[in-house]
Amino acid sequence: MTYFDQDLTSLHADLVAKKISATELAKATFANMAQVDPQLGAFLNLNEDQALKQAALLDQNGIDANNLFAGIPLAVKDNIVTKDLTTTAASKMLENFVPVYDATVVDKLLASNALIVGKTNMDEFAMGGSTETSAFHVTRNPWDISRVPGGSSGGSAVAVASGQVPVALGSDTGGSIRQPSSFNGIVGMKPTYGRVSRWGLIAFGSSLDQIGPMTRTVKDNAAALNMIAGNDVHDTTSSKREVPDFTAGLTGDIKGMKIGLPKEYMGEGIDPKVRAVIEQAVKQFEDLGATVEEVSLPNSRYGVAAYYIIASSEASSNLQRFDGIRYGFRADDVKNLEDVYVRSRSEGFGDEVKRRIMLGTFSLSAGYYDAYFHKAGQVRTMIINDFNKVFEDYDLIMGPVAPTPAFKLGDEVSDPITMYMNDVLTIPVNLAGLPGMSVPAGFADGMPVGVQLIGKAFDESTLYKAGYAFEQATQVYKQTPEVGGAN
Amino acid sequence: MAEERINAEQVQHVAGLAKLEFTPEQLATFTPQLEKIIGMFEELSAVDTTGVAVTSRMSDHTNSLREDVAVKSDEKLRQALLDNAPETANGLIKVPAIIDESGDGE
Repeated sequence: MTYFDQDLTSLHADLVAKKISATELAKATFANMAQVDPQLGAFLNLNEDQALKQAALLDQNGIDANNLFAGIPLAVKDNIVTKDLTTTAASKMLENFVPVYDATVVDKLLASNALIVGKTNMDEFAMGGSTETSAFHVTRNPWDISRVPGGSSGGSAVAVASGQVPVALGSDTGGSIRQPSSFNGIVGMKPTYGRVSRWGLIAFGSSLDQIGPMTRTVKDNAAALNMIAGNDVHDTTSSKREVPDFTAGLTGDIKGMKIGLPKEYMGEGIDPKVRAVIEQAVKQFEDLGATVEEVSLPNSRYGVAAYYIIASSEASSNLQRFDGIRYGFRADDVKNLEDVYVRSRSEGFGDEVKRRIMLGTFSLSAGYYDAYFHKAGQVRTMIINDFNKVFEDYDLIMGPVAPTPAFKLGDEVSDPITMYMNDVLTIPVNLAGLPGMSVPAGFADGMPVGVQLIGKAFDESTLYKAGYAFEQATQVYKQTPEVGGAN
Repeated sequence: MAEERINAEQVQHVAGLAKLEFTPEQLATFTPQLEKIIGMFEELSAVDTTGVAVTSRMSDHTNSLREDVAVKSDEKLRQALLDNAPETANGLIKVPAIIDESGDGE
């Protein structure tokens, strides 16, 4: 079976009414994955035995009618640790790494009796925008298999977009949930920094990383965020703020909502066909009774430079732990400790990861710290202030997610700067710690294009409310790709 | 080129700090790439940041303290941890000699 004609509500109803058992659902899910995924490559590692065991137990004990996720198969990005299930972050460095604990989000999934069907492909250590830096294999876009799925959460996006699972978890440091969601025509939420625990997320940029849900519909996404959100004693940066019911405001009524459209997000460098989709979305929001006005985020143009300094610096520090000693790859024939470090890291990391470690180490090194790392931290403050100013007068900000639709495999992976510029519209949100969501808005040259909605800190509710109204009015999400002979 | 931002020698120095090594061929690819990216970083020098505070963390609270309580581990967890180590001996993680006693100065 595919999940094209079902959402969490209808699946749950079928499970509760025993139209289908959890075991039947899980088996059908794996059967479909076996048919569809060889062509797409969304998954790195499957969890079939364990998932079927869990499903059998659920069938024995009965599906809880009040638990939307009971028996629901879902996918988890491979930089989120899963106990006893190999977790690689798509790196040769962690090819044989078996975590000894579950990430907090995984704990929550399992406590909700959801089934983890497998771990999804990604750019190595989440560094990249096309999933092509994975040490293991490429992932293909189900709308056109000659194109990238985006990244770094490309496997999770494809798993959902191709109907293999209804929900997948991704992580977003500079756009890694939103950009692949846009490229694949699904809904992806990067929550406010601190909304979701990062405990068990293999760290990349610790002041930027957030885990978030990727789904076909806004309502499913809101329900999934409710499941994974909340304070966690294991992550001091997770917020103690109350987590509201994100599905509560999904009425379709957004009359009077005030939306800002940054002129910097609609200018040069944006593919005219993408711009046309966003202009159409503006009209749609106006038809729904919202007002959309041009605003300015003048410092967003410096976001890419500031981000690549900050994220690379944090990464160079975080990735020091991969030293070939306690876990991970160790080079052969090493003769002393220095050799273990240098050769294990040089052979275990791929080129993009090395580039980031080098950029970060350089930005933090004596003589360069002030001009790069310190300066980037100041520009970050200015970018935050730009957002705060707009949010004095507006409920949310809208714009494109990425400057183009999904590009061809192999086109950009050898040119780091071009690849980095793809993140120009998503990065400012991470630098400011704000929630951002991609919602399917239309197509350019047959490829999906998402609209990005950006909210005030901890106001995911307004994004879901607006996203839901837009989705119900446009019904873009009902268009699905033709995959693997399923049609 | 008006001003060299980073040369192969500096890249080697940074690689040393980062515990990475590059072959001459890799260096020939990496150096111009890093040079270009650092050139992009220099866009920031155009921004007047006089008196602007640095943002270095995003959390909305500063610290959480808890009692320092020892939690007993078990043999199963210990074994799972050791199973991830590249080399073990007698229930310990094995590494090459830290002190070089060969006398050849390497």
